[in-house]
Amino acid sequence: MGLFDRHAGLLEAYRDVRTTGADPFQIRMERVLSPTEAIINGRKTLLVGTNNYFGLTFDPSCMEAAIEAIRAEGTGTTGSRIANGSYSEHVLLEEEIAAFYGMKHCMVFTTGYQANLGIISTLVGQGDHLLIDADSHASIYDACKMTQAEVVRFKHNDPSSLESRLRRLGDKPGNRLVVLEGIYSMLGDSAPLREFVDVCKKYGAYVLVDEAHSLGALGETGRGLCESAGVLDDCHFIVGTFSKTLGAIGGYCVSNDPDFDILRVTVRSYMFTASLPPSIVASVRQALRVVKARPELRKQLWDNVATLYDGLAAQGFKLGPEHGPVVGVHLPDRMLAIGFWRAMLDAGIYVNVAVPPATPNGVSLLRCSVCAAHTPEQLQHMIEIMTGIGRQLGVISATPKLRVVAGNR
Amino acid sequence: MSDLGTGEPLLRTAQLIVENDDVANTLELPRLTSRVDVIREICRHLAPYQAGERPIVGETIIAKDLTIDSLAIMDMVMELEDSFDVSIPMNVVAEIHTVDQLADTILDLRAKR
Ligand SMILES: Cc1ncc(COP(=O)(O)O)c(C=O)c1O
Repeated sequence: MGLFDRHAGLLEAYRDVRTTGADPFQIRMERVLSPTEAIINGRKTLLVGTNNYFGLTFDPSCMEAAIEAIRAEGTGTTGSRIANGSYSEHVLLEEEIAAFYGMKHCMVFTTGYQANLGIISTLVGQGDHLLIDADSHASIYDACKMTQAEVVRFKHNDPSSLESRLRRLGDKPGNRLVVLEGIYSMLGDSAPLREFVDVCKKYGAYVLVDEAHSLGALGETGRGLCESAGVLDDCHFIVGTFSKTLGAIGGYCVSNDPDFDILRVTVRSYMFTASLPPSIVASVRQALRVVKARPELRKQLWDNVATLYDGLAAQGFKLGPEHGPVVGVHLPDRMLAIGFWRAMLDAGIYVNVAVPPATPNGVSLLRCSVCAAHTPEQLQHMIEIMTGIGRQLGVISATPKLRVVAGNR
Repeated sequence: MSDLGTGEPLLRTAQLIVENDDVANTLELPRLTSRVDVIREICRHLAPYQAGERPIVGETIIAKDLTIDSLAIMDMVMELEDSFDVSIPMNVVAEIHTVDQLADTILDLRAKR
């Protein structure tokens, strides 16, 4: 058996995708012009699939901070913080994130993926119990493969499904850790966090919330679902990323646990990889200041979400269950999703296409992510183009429904 | 939530199948669950994934002999967990290949409750 034989099924599916004339997984952005535009295939393209929720990738103050840091401290750290030591900026960033959440401790990672992978797999071990939402991100699933703890999935966003699994554990020894996400990355729906927290309290389970897509977007000060649901004090660990709202790269975990710092010498994805370069740390510190200083970005984001979601719903598209910075558009099957995606790209609009096995329940989606910097005109244009293509492909009927109640599945 | 419930229910066992199941109704299960009941329930979930005319039997290798993918298998396990009020950890699921093995795992876990 050849090394690649085990991927035969996937290769075949991938060939299906590529023979449509474009490869959604190898798009080349020839030049990125702004948070909302890039040149793709020689043409100016509207970006509606880059998780750039606040549009901070081109924020002048963040860019300046990064440039200054490169001049002052060079391009990279050339090693991990355990081996090469921390730069002052790493420590300051951790202090600032901890203060942002009002938590005692923060650890910064080189990516959010590594934060989830390392933290989750290390917090629970042999004899412990890890309970994860069925629609968890790949980084959470990969952590499950690395831990000796027993892993059980519960139904997506279903506190009663979690409860029955905690109940079944009965008085078995071992810690219980429940992993949730603030906003789910495919359909943009939020967890019923308060209900989940109540269940966790009842059964003495620790709670970890991944706020990857909700940092900045949710909560009065942008701290995420933990803040908007009013349960910050009941979340034992909050994980997040710098790669979306903060416009750079990196991840973090905050906690009030007095022994948290032991993770610095036990979490392998922290210990055995190079730390973030000074430029990234500097731009992230500045981006966090921008998030705090400009709450209007959050309002702009949600106004834009409403424009896109309601606009598409009114045309009869089947969307994710609620407004969210990610708007998932359901399509009947994989090939139609890919064809739709390509037609969008040909029309100058870039979104993500998400097909099984990367999606929950085998659904095929066009995954749109909204940016505070999108103009109303850009979004109206997108709705028009999508409507046109949707009608051509028979995804929606040519006569729009008169009334569509937003928020219905 | 899951697509699995939408297939034709070929083998209905009225007292066992819990529609729209949530926590509470799992408590209505009869105390004694026979192996036949468990296999029947598994087959009901797997029926939509039958490959051609080949019947689903105890020796059927779930991931190989049927058209079901790994994610759908995990979703089916979640449904079975609630039907039979047991939890099957993911590492245990990974070791299960056949319908018989899945049924035995469920019965073992039920016996240990
Ligand atoms: C829910 C969730 N968690 C974690 C990550 C990983 O983030 P990063 O891009 O920082 O590795 C992502 C992004 O892909 C995500 O969607």
